[in-house]
Amino acid sequence: MAARKTTKKPNVSAEELKTYYREMLLIRRFEEKAGQLYGMGLIGGFCHLYIGQEAVVVGLEAAAKEGDKRITSYRDHGHMLACGMEPGGVMAELTGRIGGLSKGKGGSMHMFSKEKHFYGGHGIVGAQVPLGAGLAFADKYKENGGVTFTYFGDGAANQGQVYETFNMAALWDLPVVFVIENNQYAMGTAQARSTSTKDIYHRGEAFGIPGEIVNGMDVLAVKEAGEKAVAHCRAGKGPYILEIKTYRYRGHSMSDPAKYRTREEVQKVREQSDPIEHVRELLLSGKHATEDDLKAIDKEIKEIVNQAAEFSKESPEPSVEELWTDIYA
Amino acid sequence: MATEILMPALSPTMEEGTLAKWLVKEGDTVTSGDILAEIETDKATMEFEAVDEGIVGKILIAEGTEGVKVNTPIAVLVEEGEDASALPTAAPAAAAVTEAAPAAVEAPAPAAAPAAPVVDLSPDWPSDAEMKSETVREALRDAMAEEMRGDEDVYLMGEEVAEYQGAYKISQGLLDEFGPKRVIDTPITEHGFAGIAVGSAFGGLKPIVEFMTFNFAMQAIDHIINSAAKTLYMSGGQMGCPIVFRGPNGAAARVAAQHSQDYAAWYMQIPGLKVVMPYSAADAKGLLKSAIRDPNPVIFLENEILYGRSFDVPQVDDLTIPLGKARIWREGSDVTIVSFGIGMQFALEAADKLAEEGISAEVIDLRTIRPMDTGAIINSVMKTNRLVTVEEGWPQGSVGSYISSVVMQEAFDYLDAPVINCTGKDVPMPYAANLEKLALITTDEVIAAVKQVTYK
Repeated sequence: MAARKTTKKPNVSAEELKTYYREMLLIRRFEEKAGQLYGMGLIGGFCHLYIGQEAVVVGLEAAAKEGDKRITSYRDHGHMLACGMEPGGVMAELTGRIGGLSKGKGGSMHMFSKEKHFYGGHGIVGAQVPLGAGLAFADKYKENGGVTFTYFGDGAANQGQVYETFNMAALWDLPVVFVIENNQYAMGTAQARSTSTKDIYHRGEAFGIPGEIVNGMDVLAVKEAGEKAVAHCRAGKGPYILEIKTYRYRGHSMSDPAKYRTREEVQKVREQSDPIEHVRELLLSGKHATEDDLKAIDKEIKEIVNQAAEFSKESPEPSVEELWTDIYA
Repeated sequence: MATEILMPALSPTMEEGTLAKWLVKEGDTVTSGDILAEIETDKATMEFEAVDEGIVGKILIAEGTEGVKVNTPIAVLVEEGEDASALPTAAPAAAAVTEAAPAAVEAPAPAAAPAAPVVDLSPDWPSDAEMKSETVREALRDAMAEEMRGDEDVYLMGEEVAEYQGAYKISQGLLDEFGPKRVIDTPITEHGFAGIAVGSAFGGLKPIVEFMTFNFAMQAIDHIINSAAKTLYMSGGQMGCPIVFRGPNGAAARVAAQHSQDYAAWYMQIPGLKVVMPYSAADAKGLLKSAIRDPNPVIFLENEILYGRSFDVPQVDDLTIPLGKARIWREGSDVTIVSFGIGMQFALEAADKLAEEGISAEVIDLRTIRPMDTGAIINSVMKTNRLVTVEEGWPQGSVGSYISSVVMQEAFDYLDAPVINCTGKDVPMPYAANLEKLALITTDEVIAAVKQVTYK
């Protein structure tokens, strides 16, 4: 992973930079709070945190326009917050309450928002890849100019259905950006132990799909690559692959002791490549914000997250009748 | 302000754990992400990180303590300048139990004497409708063409559906009429194209996915069940999946084990799916049109042997037949025979022969396996007191065994004999002609079952 020092001068406004800082910080504080609520037993089952990977979704959302769609795996809280879904609704889904985005019936791994064009939240590794291409198929069919961001991890990149999808997406010129969030570990298996190629996006070449490596700890690099990929899709040239090198600080899920990597490895990324620290430094060194400005943002985010947590505790459990609703339309 | 650090739950099943080791001591400053302690759960030893910034004011649970309940305070975090010694030595509070008491679910009351269920016996089309002989193949093609004319969002996708005109010629002529945008040849890649079709349904289209046979849909079953059937529920009702998966199902002739399986019982089990298995051409047409309009995922199980068979089809505008409504093919008084799909052939032949011997059989075609018109079955059993089910699939976990359980629970007092399920034999389909014949259900077996339940 590239260290953050390599970034060239930012080509975005101070306001945009502050927005990215704010959005990434929201994801991080939200996830920390989710970890805390899990520890208190308020969140059950599996809970996969996004801490460390924030620049990926925030950078790509900055490249999207209204009407574009997104779909991802079970590590989905960051994607939902980045596309504007209510933090309270997400947190209340984690606690399994009626105020959750799926009325408490989906949980951490299965959330959706028609309004924000967020199509899940999928618990089967790799399943979201053809589903995402299908969303793009619908956009192309309806000729609405939409693009779909289809996120999957380095682990999912070894599923056969990914390559079945690459083939059809290229064959039919579907407007889909395949975003490989390469956080280097498929649960506990390092990429080198699971994947024959060093750079996964190369596999797209076999299908004629262009792609590139992106530094996922640099939100500006992600945004720039995202804009290029989206332009390619909107021009009717078919799919594009972004392999975004990133890192998750926490275990695969809450119950993962993460013994497959050293504490020093994690610490090194936190200290040298943290995506939020990166923007913070850009803001301060460029004199776009003062320490006090950033403290105010921190405070505001903390407040939003606390409110989401409160809502998620106060919202009641779904009524017994909900067991039997939403099975058939 | 001082905050208590509580013993965390670190796995879905953890209720208590061992505080193996403290990695901080009283007076240490910690920031978010610092490792505070190692905790042994029921699964592993986990590192426990700080969430808030502060100074470790007091450690309440010594390292090495076993059986520390989740949510017990284990340390106190204070802010700069705050006096830790002033804090009360917190007696470990009883673990705060956050679970709400489970809502009482009442056990179903034992069934009282069953009342006759309300059954829709209305005719499917006007009795004076002009009838014309058509094959099941033509009926299916016409159903798709009519629905595609009526709704731009309906499209057909599958292997060989366009230029080849369908592996079994069901989509003959559709490419010419609707063009390659709406009649789409796929590569041989069932898992992938089923997923793409489901995604396009999430995106607002109404796909018809043709599987060359349902045997190949096993490659795609994850998308049929996990992606198509469950998403409406998992999204709290926000995101439905209007899609039809159709194609030939069950045994054809001499194609052996991997190409000869009946999936009715498999798909019947899944809440969120509807499962249709027509026998006649009129039903194939009316049910497929309804399936395409249905906002839910529908499994539409056809049969290669029936494709070329002709039936009378009413010549009415827009023939639709509601999903979930059985059809009484033949009324009778001595026994009820329930079947669906190609099983109907054996049920009807058996009924003809039994009539010659003076046994009057009522024959019900379920047409839809899920939702199942159990009311029609119960009603009939209340009259005949005897039941035989007929299907091509395997015996264990068959459609018939589900019907038997429903009848046991809802009409036990009306049964004068144990229900018999006629099924295919419990073997993979053999290739040899003589063995294949033995593996399949036969009319004679249905007749023998009827004689057994009627004690004749």
